[in-house]
Amino acid sequence: MTATALSVEIHLPLQRFSLNCSFQAQREAVVLFGPSGAGKTSVLDCIAGFRRPASGSITLGKRTLFSGETGENVAVRQRRIGYLSQQPALFPHLSVRRNIEYGLLDLPPHERDARVNEILERFRISPLAASRPAAISGGEQQRVALARTLVCEPELLLLDEPLSALDLSLKSMLLEALFDWQRERRVPMLYVTHDQQEAYSLSRRVLVMEKGTVIADGEPQQVFSTPANPERAALSGYENIFHATIEESHPALGTMTCRIASTDLLLESPLAHKGHGESASLAVRAGDILVATTPPTGISARNIIPGRIDSIEDRAGMVELRVLCGATAFLVHITRGALQTLALQPNQSIWLIIKTHSIQFLRS
Amino acid sequence: MIPPLLLSLKLALVTSTLLLVLGLPIAWWLAFTRFRLRFLVESVIALPIVLPPTVLGFYLLLQLGSNGWLGAFWQRFTGHTLAFSFEGLVLGSVIYSLPFAVQPFTTALASVDRRLLMASASLGASSWRTFWRITFPIALPGIITGFALSFAHTLGEFGVVLMLGGNIPGRTQTASIAIYDNVQMLDYATAARQSLTLLAISFALLILINAFNRSRNWRLQ
Repeated sequence: MTATALSVEIHLPLQRFSLNCSFQAQREAVVLFGPSGAGKTSVLDCIAGFRRPASGSITLGKRTLFSGETGENVAVRQRRIGYLSQQPALFPHLSVRRNIEYGLLDLPPHERDARVNEILERFRISPLAASRPAAISGGEQQRVALARTLVCEPELLLLDEPLSALDLSLKSMLLEALFDWQRERRVPMLYVTHDQQEAYSLSRRVLVMEKGTVIADGEPQQVFSTPANPERAALSGYENIFHATIEESHPALGTMTCRIASTDLLLESPLAHKGHGESASLAVRAGDILVATTPPTGISARNIIPGRIDSIEDRAGMVELRVLCGATAFLVHITRGALQTLALQPNQSIWLIIKTHSIQFLRS
Repeated sequence: MIPPLLLSLKLALVTSTLLLVLGLPIAWWLAFTRFRLRFLVESVIALPIVLPPTVLGFYLLLQLGSNGWLGAFWQRFTGHTLAFSFEGLVLGSVIYSLPFAVQPFTTALASVDRRLLMASASLGASSWRTFWRITFPIALPGIITGFALSFAHTLGEFGVVLMLGGNIPGRTQTASIAIYDNVQMLDYATAARQSLTLLAISFALLILINAFNRSRNWRLQ
């Protein structure tokens, strides 16, 4: 186990709530996840040195960057932290090359040129080297900004939704380059996002923030699959949340039968500490529901529900179906490929398949 | 003996150069400070805009004469008074034109995107490097505007010069005062020639600056 690379404890009163957050990171990529206004950017600003916490401490490796006790507060320029936000913030009067070499001005010219050339190659922006930022596209600008940040070999990377303005294919290309770089250098990295899918795909560790506090810390599956309450369930990507009453419990089978409130729809859920007639909130991920065009047989899933497609919406990277099962509407996420293969149309009758263990109980 | 027009140009050049050196730090402070009483400082700097030049000239005359503390101080070191000298004119012009330099400077510096300054700092640049490599070049059109405005304003200065410098040909007689003098002596032909020259210089200066700022904006867009 290596020494803790980054240790953060921040207390800072903000306008609507107080930032009270504390976490550690090794030389790993960590996703900082939470709704807009949860204080994620303020945390990054404190670590980067743009904001001064009221108290707490921030250490990077062996260096103390901020200490509320001693009043130590290292200047932004001496922190050696790479910070990239949604805006590329390229210097408009400098060419791409001059932008990238900006952080290396103290190096001897031949070494500087070598590093700039290497990163230009790596991010495939060599042909743009002589261009001014205004002459290149938004995606190219963000690539240049990323190159400019990484070429300085920062000891910590702070990324505040750096790619949210880009289209999907460009985004995945840049993410790959970014994460390759992180794995090579083994530099701790904090990646802020409010997009749950992104949080899922990016990292093996997610910190969930809400109102200035870290409320969960762990692997994405673990963090997102045991939401504490309906608000957090909705936040962490449980698109389907139902109020239900317990009809029957089957301890021998390890399951329970639940009736979705004011409908006849029955769902078989995992066993919980609840008795007959008690109410509960159930959550199901849209991506955990299967779709069949004929009633499936010989299948282990305990919930097979007939329904009718109400609407089909193409979202970035996937398709969202709204399916009416009696009075209950389910949101279901499938791939574009599945949509094509099954030739799904609005109003078509289909069957939804939900595994018992895809149903989560929420604390009400 | 320096002809009035040359004296005016010299005064304007010295004044606007001094204002560049003095005005930039003041403007930088105004643009970035969080000091609550900033508006008081701004008001003091803006005072010459609303004050009649003769009032400003009167107070300066009192200060610069051998009875004023500044005048006495100057006399002890140089042997002559500040009043009725070129140095006195420079001092008066610097104060008189201060807002015409500082206000455009401040606007230009304050309008530089803060994210660029944050990016510069996080890339390891000192405040000094950030200023000279990022803030200054981006604010350059506003800085040139301030320089040119203070130059033109000094070129056309009348009241303060008359109060402070009197009308000593070759020493303190600037173009605007020479024009007034010629009109008083009913020498309309000379006055007309001098006026036209002053008009042409001022106009050319404004055209030059606008053309420069325009071409620069095109390149950055």
